[in-house]
Amino acid sequence: MKGLFSLNVLTGVLNSMIALATPFLYAAIGETFAQTAGVVNLGVDGIMLLAAFGAFFVTLMTGNLWLGLLAAAAIGLAMGLIMALISVTLKAEQGVSGIGLYMFGLGMSSLLFKVLVGTVKTVQGFQPVSIPILSTIPFIGPILFNNSVLVYGAFLLVPLAWVVLEKTNLGLKFKAVGQNPAAADSLGINVVAIRYLAVCIGAILAGIAGASLSISLLNLFQDDLTSGQGFIAVALVYFGGWSPIGVLGGALLFSAVNSIQLWMQVLGVNLPASVAVMLPYILTIVALMMTANRARQPAALNKPFDRSEN
Amino acid sequence: MTAAREAVRPKTGRVEMRDIVKRFPGVLANSGVCFDVVPGEVHALLGENGAGKSTLMRQLYGMYRPDSGQIIVDGTVRNFRSPADAIAAGIGMIHQHFMLVPTMTVAQNVALGLPSGRGPFTDTKGVSKEVTRLGNEYGLKVDPDAFVWQLSVGEQQRVEIIKALYRGAGLVILDEPTAVLTPQEVEDLFTTFRTMLTEGHSLIFISHKLYEVKAISDRVTVLRDGQVVGSGRTCDLSQQDLVHMMVGREVKDPDPRPHTPGPELVKMQGLKAMGDRGLEALRGIDLSIRSGEILGLAGVSGNGQKELAECLAGMRKLSSGKLLVEGHDMTNATVNERFDRGMAFIPEERMRDGAIREFTVGENVFLHDHMSKRFRRWIFLSFDRMREHALSLVELFSVKTPSLEVPIKNLSGGNIQKLIMARELSRDPFFLVAAQPTRGVDIGASEYIHDSLLAQREKGMAILLISEDLDELRGLSDRIAVMYEGGIIGIVDRGSSTVEELGFMMAGVTLEQMRKDGASTGKACP
Ligand SMILES: Nc1ncnc2c1ncn2[C@@H]1O[C@H](COP(=O)(O)OP(=O)(O)OP(=O)(O)O)[C@@H](O)[C@H]1O
Ligand SMILES: [Mg+2]
Repeated sequence: MKGLFSLNVLTGVLNSMIALATPFLYAAIGETFAQTAGVVNLGVDGIMLLAAFGAFFVTLMTGNLWLGLLAAAAIGLAMGLIMALISVTLKAEQGVSGIGLYMFGLGMSSLLFKVLVGTVKTVQGFQPVSIPILSTIPFIGPILFNNSVLVYGAFLLVPLAWVVLEKTNLGLKFKAVGQNPAAADSLGINVVAIRYLAVCIGAILAGIAGASLSISLLNLFQDDLTSGQGFIAVALVYFGGWSPIGVLGGALLFSAVNSIQLWMQVLGVNLPASVAVMLPYILTIVALMMTANRARQPAALNKPFDRSEN
Repeated sequence: MTAAREAVRPKTGRVEMRDIVKRFPGVLANSGVCFDVVPGEVHALLGENGAGKSTLMRQLYGMYRPDSGQIIVDGTVRNFRSPADAIAAGIGMIHQHFMLVPTMTVAQNVALGLPSGRGPFTDTKGVSKEVTRLGNEYGLKVDPDAFVWQLSVGEQQRVEIIKALYRGAGLVILDEPTAVLTPQEVEDLFTTFRTMLTEGHSLIFISHKLYEVKAISDRVTVLRDGQVVGSGRTCDLSQQDLVHMMVGREVKDPDPRPHTPGPELVKMQGLKAMGDRGLEALRGIDLSIRSGEILGLAGVSGNGQKELAECLAGMRKLSSGKLLVEGHDMTNATVNERFDRGMAFIPEERMRDGAIREFTVGENVFLHDHMSKRFRRWIFLSFDRMREHALSLVELFSVKTPSLEVPIKNLSGGNIQKLIMARELSRDPFFLVAAQPTRGVDIGASEYIHDSLLAQREKGMAILLISEDLDELRGLSDRIAVMYEGGIIGIVDRGSSTVEELGFMMAGVTLEQMRKDGASTGKACP
């Protein structure tokens, strides 16, 4: 009896871990692209919020989840272009422009929600799709192969991003532009264009991260829906050492702790709720302190490129 | 063979720059310069620091656009908008400061930005093979799979040339390619150049070393203050002629007056330290320097000279040993304590360790001195007094700068070096560590720096002069210590050894071994 009970709990913990990791994966892998090319985008959380609202609202109006997802991606792209314009073309301080973008997304999503929706409503989000045969594998089948498309997408994104960054010419350009933009420029690579591309890829993925919250995991929108998940995603990029595989590890670790914490509350373990909620964040700080390794950091991170300065 | 390979036959014809004018804020870097290169020749470009050589070449390579003037390739006027256009026209450039991505492999650096034979995927294997092939053909040996950060400066240079060759450059611009190389590496490089010439490449060669220009070039053009002041066939011009055109006066070799050094000021006892890669870089250095003495430190780069300089400057930790300066134990002193005790440093990596790129000329002058009472008014800095001080130094060392307010990164390499030198000497130190003080510095400024060092020597300063230029060492030093694999392999007095002997010691042969071999073989050959 007891054994059955704990196996159930374990399945539950793992299930929610996979779900919780989804938005982190999209956002952090996206940020990995931007940072590899030398741009820190601290506005990820703002993009997630506005895109989450967009996806939610479009779905609410049309009933079409794919249109909702498209809206999220479009909002991400638009905000990415703004970020790139400010930090790449106008060469403004990246940290400050990112925070600006966050404040904009936070305020704008809240305003639009009040004006256009007003009360708490829910939508019918993406439903789990079980993959034939694989989902019937005992224990891991239901955990891994009975999820919504956005969850599958997040985990498929990891190897895809790895291949792009490590094996393709485009990945090489991203890295060169982030490590030594002058060298890239001297080989005729358009540094500005490559940075725009990286920032926009990152922002579109941040948009999808937002959508994964509002139309796949929670199926609703409310003020500050992300509660800072976008910032954790940025931290995960450092934690993962600018590698998609590292980011995957970080996202799973963080979500595992988060999911255990949630289940502890469900099971009524005697721990103040506020302490439990803090756990994943404390873990992030500790993990960041322990893994702080700047050796792999793109050398030109946070530095605008100006040809005339050499 | 891949498509990239087809392009490798050099096909750039005559390249001509006509009436080029380029202005920077406050500086006329090129004013009406004409310059041309024909296939199969080496055209050398000479000029003092800040004469406008790099600026001219960057326009040819599409990095800057001329304010006016024309660039003509094979008879057609070209308007390069970026290096991509210049590369497409068959022009390659090796920059004064290398343009490599250290965290990537050699092959990746070479492949960067080019279409690959495998669609979107990098063709690492194919590129590696081609790198090896080019390396064999042109004598540019380098491991294609090594990371660039692992390479010596000479190897990085080879990667740069392979990059240009791989892109099928017919004309290769070489902006001071020899400044950071050892004499042997320069020889090898010249062999490569000769191979390239027989294949029909043309080269533009920039250097401050006249014997190199005499050795490799067919024609010379000399720039001064952004204008062409002379040009002609190399064989018609003597080194004296070239110096005269460049500097507008005669330049003499350093000539230290004989004098007796004073008491011992600096004593290093068994200094040991680790290098960047976790290997022991210093294996017990014992040296002493007396007041009024220049101790030269020779050695092939990478034998611990850089680490020794950093240890003395307090920027690298000693794992054991003792450093005494005027009897005070400075082994674990902080950088600031060293300054206060009268130590001064001219670092090898001047842009990294000697100056802050974004700071203005004025700010860089009083980098250390912001704490000194002279420039303080209560808790505030006295900018008036600082300005005055900076202005006097700029004048005294004739640093070419439009004003004190320009960021130092806009100065030419030689002028940055003069400024650092001026700053360090103005603090009246009594122990100076000068690492490669004239690297990349023009003849006139080198003479000035040499004279300053000798003047300080006469005033009783103890100087450690680290250099790879044996002429410089032999000209200035009272004694020369040779470093080999983290230790001192021998110390010789001024004038008591030949260049060959120093060369042997730099290769790890001790004086005793040399004498023994010399005695047994009885010195062959006339
Ligand atoms: N990007 C820039 N902005 C402003 N001024 C510049 C810039 N680049 C060069 N200059 C100025 O233009 C002049 C010519 O510089 P350049 O680098 O071409 O000299 P150089 O002949 O290559 O000297 P060196 O032998 O020291 O390399 C110098 O006075 C320099 O200060
Ligand atoms: Mg130059």
